[in-house]
Amino acid sequence: MTAAVEAEVGRARRRKEDARLITGRTRWTDNLTLPGMLHLAILRSPVAHARIAAVDTSAAEAMPGVLAVLTGVDLAKEQGSMGCAWPVTPDMAAPQHPAMAVDTVRYAGEAVALVVAASAYQARDALDAIDVEYADLPVVLDVTRALAADSPLVHPEFGSNRCATWVFDSAEAGTGGETAPAIADAEVVLRRRFRQQRIIPAFMEPRSVLVDPTGDQVTMWSATQVPHILRMMLAATLGLPEHKLRVIAPDVGGGFGGKLQVTPEEVLVLLAARRLGRPVKYTETRSDSMLSCHHGRDQFQDLTLAARPDGTITALEVELLADLGAYLGLLTPGIPLLGAFMFNGIYRIPAYRFTCTSVFTNKMYTDAVRGAGRPEATFGIERMMDELAAELGLDPLEVRRRNWIGHEQFPFTTVAGLTYDSGNYEAATDRATELFDYQGLRREQARRREQDDPTLLGIGVSTYTEMCGIAPSKVLGSLSFGAGGWEHAAIRMLPTGKVEVVTGSSPHGQGHETAWSQIVADRLGVPFEDVEVLHGDTQISPRGMDTYGSRSLAVGGVAVLLAADRVLDKARPVAAHLLGCAAEDLDFAAGRFTARGTENGVSIQEVTGAVFAAHDLPDGFEPNLDAQATFDPENFSFPHGTHLCAVEVDTETGAVKIRSYVCVDDVGTVVNPLIVDGQVHGGVVHGIAQALFEEASYDELGNLTTGTFADYLLPTAADLPHLVTDRTVTPATSNPLGAKGVGESGTIAATPAVVNAVVDAVRHLGVTDIEMPCTPQRVWRAIGGGA
Amino acid sequence: MIPVAFDYLAPSTVDEAVRALVDAGEDAKVLAGGQSLLPVLRMRLAAPSMVVDLSRVGELRGVREEGDELVIGAMTSHHDVLRDQLVRTHALLLAEATTTVADPQVRHRGTLGGALAHADPAGDLPAPVLALGGDVVLAGPTGRRTVPVERFFVDYFTTELAQDELLVEIRLPKRTGWGARYEKFSRVAQAWSTVAVAATVLVRDGRFVEAKVALTNMGAVPVRAYAVEEALVGGSADADAIHAAARHAAEGTNPTSDASADAEYRQHLARVLTARALTAAAAV
Repeated sequence: MTAAVEAEVGRARRRKEDARLITGRTRWTDNLTLPGMLHLAILRSPVAHARIAAVDTSAAEAMPGVLAVLTGVDLAKEQGSMGCAWPVTPDMAAPQHPAMAVDTVRYAGEAVALVVAASAYQARDALDAIDVEYADLPVVLDVTRALAADSPLVHPEFGSNRCATWVFDSAEAGTGGETAPAIADAEVVLRRRFRQQRIIPAFMEPRSVLVDPTGDQVTMWSATQVPHILRMMLAATLGLPEHKLRVIAPDVGGGFGGKLQVTPEEVLVLLAARRLGRPVKYTETRSDSMLSCHHGRDQFQDLTLAARPDGTITALEVELLADLGAYLGLLTPGIPLLGAFMFNGIYRIPAYRFTCTSVFTNKMYTDAVRGAGRPEATFGIERMMDELAAELGLDPLEVRRRNWIGHEQFPFTTVAGLTYDSGNYEAATDRATELFDYQGLRREQARRREQDDPTLLGIGVSTYTEMCGIAPSKVLGSLSFGAGGWEHAAIRMLPTGKVEVVTGSSPHGQGHETAWSQIVADRLGVPFEDVEVLHGDTQISPRGMDTYGSRSLAVGGVAVLLAADRVLDKARPVAAHLLGCAAEDLDFAAGRFTARGTENGVSIQEVTGAVFAAHDLPDGFEPNLDAQATFDPENFSFPHGTHLCAVEVDTETGAVKIRSYVCVDDVGTVVNPLIVDGQVHGGVVHGIAQALFEEASYDELGNLTTGTFADYLLPTAADLPHLVTDRTVTPATSNPLGAKGVGESGTIAATPAVVNAVVDAVRHLGVTDIEMPCTPQRVWRAIGGGA
Repeated sequence: MIPVAFDYLAPSTVDEAVRALVDAGEDAKVLAGGQSLLPVLRMRLAAPSMVVDLSRVGELRGVREEGDELVIGAMTSHHDVLRDQLVRTHALLLAEATTTVADPQVRHRGTLGGALAHADPAGDLPAPVLALGGDVVLAGPTGRRTVPVERFFVDYFTTELAQDELLVEIRLPKRTGWGARYEKFSRVAQAWSTVAVAATVLVRDGRFVEAKVALTNMGAVPVRAYAVEEALVGGSADADAIHAAARHAAEGTNPTSDASADAEYRQHLARVLTARALTAAAAV
């Protein structure tokens, strides 16, 4: 008998990739050096909107080591237009988006010239010798005024700064009633305008790209989340045959959505390398990155919530005004629309209408940043739930209880048309309130108010859900998205019994190598250490849809599981043949096939060896155990949870300190609790950071004023509370692992929990909102400081 | 982040360093830890033709007593200041302020002299040194001169130092047995001060015998809060007296307005933080 083996799925394994990632002794793109490699530097526009009157590159061309100086005019014929894969409406304004500005710059930071030189130093020095004459044009910066008839235009050819207007109406969709009569008849109507400030993804590893042209073949290494999408989009937009292009994402140091992009820099390095016939590398500086990696969020939300006096919601209307910036990136116009399906949150809302108007301005374009549309929506509804509770004098948890979907009501089709497969909001909330000492903190809050304590206590609630595991291809098609949402995996059984797993999901720090190894080790009964996970190279892993939208485990991990099952299916007749029994009489456990009722067995490694030798196989058996699988989920996954935040507000300074933070998340089946805890911690910190610290700002001329980490504030451990985390487990029913996504949930949940807590602390002073980030000065002013 | 090319010298004595500055002329910069200079170079906000690195000048490091004075070498790192028992005994305020400087990595590289010579209005060490009083010693081609701290800070990032001079020593009067508090207000732990208040007091028999208060980031240079000091000295060391005195904290200040705080809010913070700093320093 085989000794019992500890199950790998559910085990808190340390990540096998961490040693090399943490020490940096690995293949970051910028660590790569090729023979004859050249270095590229980019000159960026110092102005937000201008005609390029003249460019003089002659002095730069004469600088030592310089091989080429190229402008947008030089590249106009070959650079094409950067692709946007999400035409959200048939009449969407989709401007030409050159990798390098040809005659007009539309945001500060836009590329206007490049230098290729023998060293990175020479390339950088030569930038200072390029003389560009700009003829200033009027700038459009305030999104609330960008649609005025007299506004300057970012793209005059459209006659307006409007990109698109997209509407979802539950009456039209047949998923609910009409909002207008429900609001007109309501006894309680709340209207609020919330601001989602612009944020910068601030990944740790700056973006870097290296291109090696060899004959008519091109290999690109890029610090990207999406090597497969990058290859396809470069082929589509540059007319480069896809089979001549190999894209490799080596180890990638974070992305937060910021590397879910096909960038002008990738196009420019490719064009320069092809033109010069030599390898060319570009690595951005942090300052470049702050300016020109896509930003996120940036919208105004006008919300109208109708309810009965008992707190039952009768209708919700959402009007978004989304600042897209100057151009459309890969997914730019679709990001705010992801919120359309999330503004209803975990609640039973009978009537719902969502309108998003998206607008061009002279700023860096926005696109996906961790959560992408869903944090914005969750913020809106969770802030409104607290506002409704305050309006009605109810506890915010009680208002939520009166409206949320009961655990016995799943599967539940929401007013936004999604079907939530599973969940248990009661269980998560009960556990969170217990860990938080909710009633005790409420008593302390009251006591501080009574005693005029200069330090007030506030409690914020966020009972979120989110749609992730992106995504069912059919649904993406119905949203006019440019691709499907499947994921691919392959398993190769090596002659010595070791296993290679090929995944189309390209990690940038998530721990795929560990989690996938655990799944395969369990399924095939092989040691964890015997599994190697290969990823991020279109030649090794030709099919994939990459990593974003908390999809890796719930889609890519499932594909791995299915491929492992197919390996077993192939191995079974061989094992039966070797054991001299019928395949139906085999049992398989802990890596061994046994003839039922006997001690006769053969290991998966022995079967693999027998297949490799192919000396004695069943008649007609093709000697190969390798298998692949492509999984297209039937539904999103819907993690949920209850986050409770207590803050102390120093009324003398306006400073906010997080006193305690409890989150109980339900991410379904957990493959590796350490990785899940890490994702929850990182996600919650990201959400707290948006609530209290982060904001990308432009001055009245359109200069980014938060272009360094001295001005764009990120919290460190010193600024953060101890996070109390726990889980409930309600497996997803839409995939065989039962897994839900976890990479974005903390970010989605935390921001409204924190802001709700800040507002709760000072609500008795007449405050109903404080714009994010809730800086000390804003809090101080909100409570009458300086008045 | 690639700086403009520059020449580099790492002399081993003060005399050699001064000679290097004289030879290099207008375009020389002194590297005294580099925690501010290197980012400035890498962002090309400065483009010196010569960088004179003082890290090998051993005579500029260390803390010693000379009679009633505590003498701190300009190249003494923040970390070494923090660990020094003499500083803790005779200039507690400096130790308290130094703990708030950036993070451990920066405190191992950055130096007290470098921070003072940089004269960043939001830097955390000019105000405590101003509050403690005393002198700085500057070495130039014609020898050394001693400048009172009050005259050292001239304007934003500008000091009494001439282009060919080095800050070599900080000489502080011993304030043995004084209470001290550096009350720093910043958006995140690693950020510069929005406003901070350096306070050190001598309390005897429940009364303020002496009080020294200086403010960080309330103007182009660190500001002594003389009105606060005058209101305190001779009076009771109690909460009422402290709050009454702290109301004068913003008098005569001219703080900047930026994304984190406008001038009015900074002046408000100065009053609040002064009361807190004094309360802690006097252990009230």
